[in-house]
Amino acid sequence: MPLNLAPNIPDPDGFYDELLAQFEGLSDEDAEALKSRLILILANHIGDRATLTDAFAAAKAR
Amino acid sequence: MVAPRYETVKTLYPYAAVAAQTAPAQRHPVVVVGGGPVGLALALDLGQRGTPVLLLDDHEGPGLGSKAICFAKRTLDIAHRLGAAGPMLKKGVVWNVGRVFHGDGQVFEFDLLPEDGHRHPAFINLQQPCFEEYLHAAITCAQKAGAPIEIRGRNRVTGLTDHDNHVSLDVDTPDGAYTVEADYLIACDGARSPIRNHLGLSFDGRVFEDNFLIADVRMTADFPTERWFWFQPPFEHAGQSALLHKQPDDVWRIDFQLGWDIDRDLELDPDRIRTRVDAMLSSQTGTVPDYELVWTSIYTFQCRRMKSFRQGRTFFAGDSAHQVSPFGARGANSGVQDAENLAWKLDLVLKGDAPDALLDTYCREREYAADENILNSSRATDFMTPKSKASTSFRDAVLELAGRHAFARPLVNSGRLSAPCVYDGLPGFGPDALDGPAATRPGAACPDAQMGNRYLLDQITGGFQIITIGDVSVGPDAPCAVLSITDVSPSLRARFLGDAPTAVYLLRPDQHIIGRWPTWDGAAITAALASSKGKQCR
Repeated sequence: MPLNLAPNIPDPDGFYDELLAQFEGLSDEDAEALKSRLILILANHIGDRATLTDAFAAAKAR
Repeated sequence: MVAPRYETVKTLYPYAAVAAQTAPAQRHPVVVVGGGPVGLALALDLGQRGTPVLLLDDHEGPGLGSKAICFAKRTLDIAHRLGAAGPMLKKGVVWNVGRVFHGDGQVFEFDLLPEDGHRHPAFINLQQPCFEEYLHAAITCAQKAGAPIEIRGRNRVTGLTDHDNHVSLDVDTPDGAYTVEADYLIACDGARSPIRNHLGLSFDGRVFEDNFLIADVRMTADFPTERWFWFQPPFEHAGQSALLHKQPDDVWRIDFQLGWDIDRDLELDPDRIRTRVDAMLSSQTGTVPDYELVWTSIYTFQCRRMKSFRQGRTFFAGDSAHQVSPFGARGANSGVQDAENLAWKLDLVLKGDAPDALLDTYCREREYAADENILNSSRATDFMTPKSKASTSFRDAVLELAGRHAFARPLVNSGRLSAPCVYDGLPGFGPDALDGPAATRPGAACPDAQMGNRYLLDQITGGFQIITIGDVSVGPDAPCAVLSITDVSPSLRARFLGDAPTAVYLLRPDQHIIGRWPTWDGAAITAALASSKGKQCR
């Protein structure tokens, strides 16, 4: 399963809105904790190790 | 002089003057330095194979204190082969259930789920001095049966010289110094290895900036025989993590992770320790049972290994060669595996049945195993002691999610428990011509399996061994002993055949699998055996 970096979310604005809404009113610390839980949940859903490694690389590239 | 460096639990091998102390230096095929689990197992293994071995220890018995307490199945299989497992199993505490807590709540529990068809449980808890005592008792038995093993207590090596074809050792005793010569010297003299220091060899690795307080307490409390591990314990002064684990004789191991900046003397104050222990014990029962502090100490640790486990004619085994954190029970267990890896190789080389190059495979294999143990150990420690805000955040997220979702539980790491290393892809193993189960691929330690009312590993000779499973016609060209199994139990089928109708396995004397085939192939088996002896290693 190669890492998909093409648009893949059907409702981009709605998704982004929902994502931000999760962090509304959170302290920096709570937001950080939420991000960590979210990353772990999504990573487990993907599961494929090579895809995850590619995702790390894509996120890290600046 | 030989002043004691530590207190001993009991005297097993009292100093006795021997004629060699006043005679010209005598040459021994193997001299082992250090009478801990590794040195004793190595001496016993060599002696039982008929290779004379002299063991020098600068004390007269096991040292006092909290050391290894968790002995794994593979170690018990080895001890069984050496005739020492009986009393270990009788005395040891068998446990299977572990619970992991985060603060007030239980995150999850695990069960090591004993599999059918193994003689030994996954783990027993047993104090290291007992383990040493039982190995020593087996040595005494072997000596009576004629095994050429000699132990000299209060014999301290104070210097050594490698003369290319032998090593000479300066040995101090209560009656003065003398010289011992060895074809091969094996340093099983612990993490501070004086032999390593004499040779000026480095021992590099990673220091973990943390202090752990051990309190062994004796109490007749009604706690279950389980491993309890807390991240961020809810009880006072417990530090970042805590462990409670049962040992024999109503002794419980309690471990508190205190962090780096501590006042050691203050933390070792018995009243302060009691406050901590009281808080832990009462957190479970609401009351503090009567208990006695048997032993307390503070330790720090490093994960490190020698660059090479061999220096000329000197070999390093156990903690002298590699050191890990205690989480995972990878210290003594891996050391005993070092001993069994080296014993048969030394035996073959000294009997002229294999080239010296075979001894280099000891280094290759056990350095590989040490790297695996250090990796596992470092990962566990990094989970337990997060080094940054980000890693703390992920660690806490894992613990929180693990309470609700199964997916996060495998990420919780309070120590990955010792399992024998598989020598994947190393020279001297293969071929893997059978489409068989992964657990019995070449390089793996042969697992046990049921055979009627007996066990597979009991049927193995201790030398190179062929095992045929199912309807295999054995050719006249078998290069070593053959065990033919036609009545195939379910555990045997699951572990050795998988979907294959028949199989032929070739094992080393340390029970690691060299190669496997679907049917008899005498030429291939003979070639694999020769390669395993190091005949094509260079």
